[in-house]
Amino acid sequence: MNPTAQAILQFLQTYWVELVCGVVIVAVVPLIAGYVVLVERKLMADMQARLGPMRVGPHGLLQPIADAVKLLIKEDIVPRDSDAFIFWFAPVISMVAALTSLGALYFGPAFRVANDINVGILFVVGVSSLGFLGIILGGWASNSHYSILGAIRSTAQLVSYETAGGLAIISALLLSGTLKIQAIVDAQSQYHVWFIFLAPVGFFTYLVASIAETNRAPFDLPEAESELVAGYMTEYSGFRWALYFLGEYANMIVVASVATTLFLGGWLRPFPNVHWLNWLDFLPVLLITAVGAYCLYRAGKQPVKVQAGFMWAVALGCFAVALMFLAPWIFAPLRFALPGLNGAFWFLLKISGYIYIFMWLRFTLPRYRFDQLMHLGWYILIPLAIVNVFSVGVAMLLESEFGWNRWLAMMITTAFTLAVSVYLVHLNDKRTAAASSATAVATDSYAG
Amino acid sequence: MMSPAHYLFLSLALFLIGCIGVVTRRNVIVVLMSIELILNAVNINLVLFSRVFGDVAGQVFALFIIADAAAEAAVGLGIIIAFFRNRETVLADEMDLLKW
Amino acid sequence: MLDSILFYFFAGVAVLSAALMITRRNVMHSAVFLVTTLLAIAGIFLQLHAEFLFVTQIIVYVGGIMVLFIFVIMLVRLDVAIHKMRFRLQKFVAVLVTVVLGLELFVILHSAGQLPGGGLFVPGSANPDKLAPNSEKLATSLFSNYLLPFEIASVLLLVAMVGAVVMAKNRKRTDEP
Repeated sequence: MNPTAQAILQFLQTYWVELVCGVVIVAVVPLIAGYVVLVERKLMADMQARLGPMRVGPHGLLQPIADAVKLLIKEDIVPRDSDAFIFWFAPVISMVAALTSLGALYFGPAFRVANDINVGILFVVGVSSLGFLGIILGGWASNSHYSILGAIRSTAQLVSYETAGGLAIISALLLSGTLKIQAIVDAQSQYHVWFIFLAPVGFFTYLVASIAETNRAPFDLPEAESELVAGYMTEYSGFRWALYFLGEYANMIVVASVATTLFLGGWLRPFPNVHWLNWLDFLPVLLITAVGAYCLYRAGKQPVKVQAGFMWAVALGCFAVALMFLAPWIFAPLRFALPGLNGAFWFLLKISGYIYIFMWLRFTLPRYRFDQLMHLGWYILIPLAIVNVFSVGVAMLLESEFGWNRWLAMMITTAFTLAVSVYLVHLNDKRTAAASSATAVATDSYAG
Repeated sequence: MMSPAHYLFLSLALFLIGCIGVVTRRNVIVVLMSIELILNAVNINLVLFSRVFGDVAGQVFALFIIADAAAEAAVGLGIIIAFFRNRETVLADEMDLLKW
Repeated sequence: MLDSILFYFFAGVAVLSAALMITRRNVMHSAVFLVTTLLAIAGIFLQLHAEFLFVTQIIVYVGGIMVLFIFVIMLVRLDVAIHKMRFRLQKFVAVLVTVVLGLELFVILHSAGQLPGGGLFVPGSANPDKLAPNSEKLATSLFSNYLLPFEIASVLLLVAMVGAVVMAKNRKRTDEP
């Protein structure tokens, strides 16, 4: 055979798993991001005592597809004096950065694209920071005031909170001692506890930093409609806007995956090493069966036949998935798939919980003004993250060199870090009080 | 890994392109970008020889060069901004305050 | 085989982007092409099994320095291109000098290959499977052998940060009598 063809075949033979997973990610993640948008709208409606999208498809489940079709057939408007090459290139950078950083992550012990990169977590954080280039180039190329202002504000915010987020990640990496994703989860299994319990301040710092990283409320000043039209996305319409939007939601999934891997135990079930809790391994099957049963129960209460039929279909789908999870228990030859399936379930559950917290905060908290945002990032979060790294290091040192109990050391240092954070917030309050009192005294009604 | 000559030629090509950029362009920002290109060409050389000899010192040196390039770019761009604020130009031909 | 495909791809992208970078009229296009060049060089680092430098190049160079460049280009953007009389001979001289330099170095490298023993060095490159994990080796070396340069680099970055802020600060005109 032709040696080139032979080399290509050998390459495909060695790397076919990675290629298939890569194609799956590129094809499926935009669809998933679309459905995350639907979930957000439904949740927002629920918290605002209304129903959300209900018309397109049963219970609004075809809404993302309708949105995608609408965006694809929209007219492609390019502003007249814009820079055509960069106008085309910027959303591409944003989307490519988000999808590439998804490639290094493990979605459960068996689902991954890249085979255990040596610098796993750092690669994910670094490549997702390439998305900033997409934002700033997009804002510049649009040749419009709102866009440039939105791009500059957004990039300033992202850069500030990336430092705090990186330092928070370092505090978890101190505990794991390695950058490889598989090894981090194994370290949490060895410590018998998730890292969130050993470094809680780090987790909350990373939570706040990741909300700011993905431009979500309450840090969404650069793209809120009442502030800057749509910020850097103002002049983008149709599919280009869809690329930005999907890049943002893919970034949310990336950030949730990093937090889950580092702090929430990755794909480990709760209490991974406790033997008398081994029945928790059945929890995926039970949960999905419960969801299916609930759908069956609601099917009887639907007013319209089509909706009842749809509920039956969803219930049958849930039972099919539950059967897939149950199959390795019944058929012994399929036993090898058990850790992969269970791990993927727990991982996806934790990511969903993290994204639910994002959405919950979005619907609850008002927006930060930009100077308040920058002050929070530079004056409070970054000093707190630095003190947190220091305290986690001290706790590890106390445990290894002086033989203290791990929990005692961690609790003392966490208390110290919380005291520092209270002090920083107190300083912030003093500053805002001083500023407001200064402006209050300055004006004299009888002057002049 | 390819033979070292390949990487040396790549580093040479990038170095020369950076030199042309520094000498030819008028815009000082492009000159600064060409200097960054020269530093990267040197980095490729260092990492190549670190791999050839199995000594990690080359990569450590390359890491320091990256940190140094960041510092230099920051200060250089600060100078450009300050100059632009005063003289409204970034072209090297027009920065002739010291000409007699 | 995969090695050489990757090398030629990254090397081709790097040289092509660099050539495009120095010839664009629009400064923003030059910056974008420098970004692609730096990403291709990061790929070369990865191909040489220097993973930590690969990630550092992406985070520091592309994610930091190039964002800084693009910010400054946005701030000093001059809309009117002024065509004045330029020193036209400059380009020709530059290219001539560069071509001569290139020929010299090419001849050196080529003739060194003809010497007995393979030339400049014996490429006893280590088998990639026997290399220690790259980040660990780098970190150990950085914190033991090269601790002093590490600390000096941190002081340098602090000085650069302060200097950049001072240079670019907006000085209000406070010169009332």
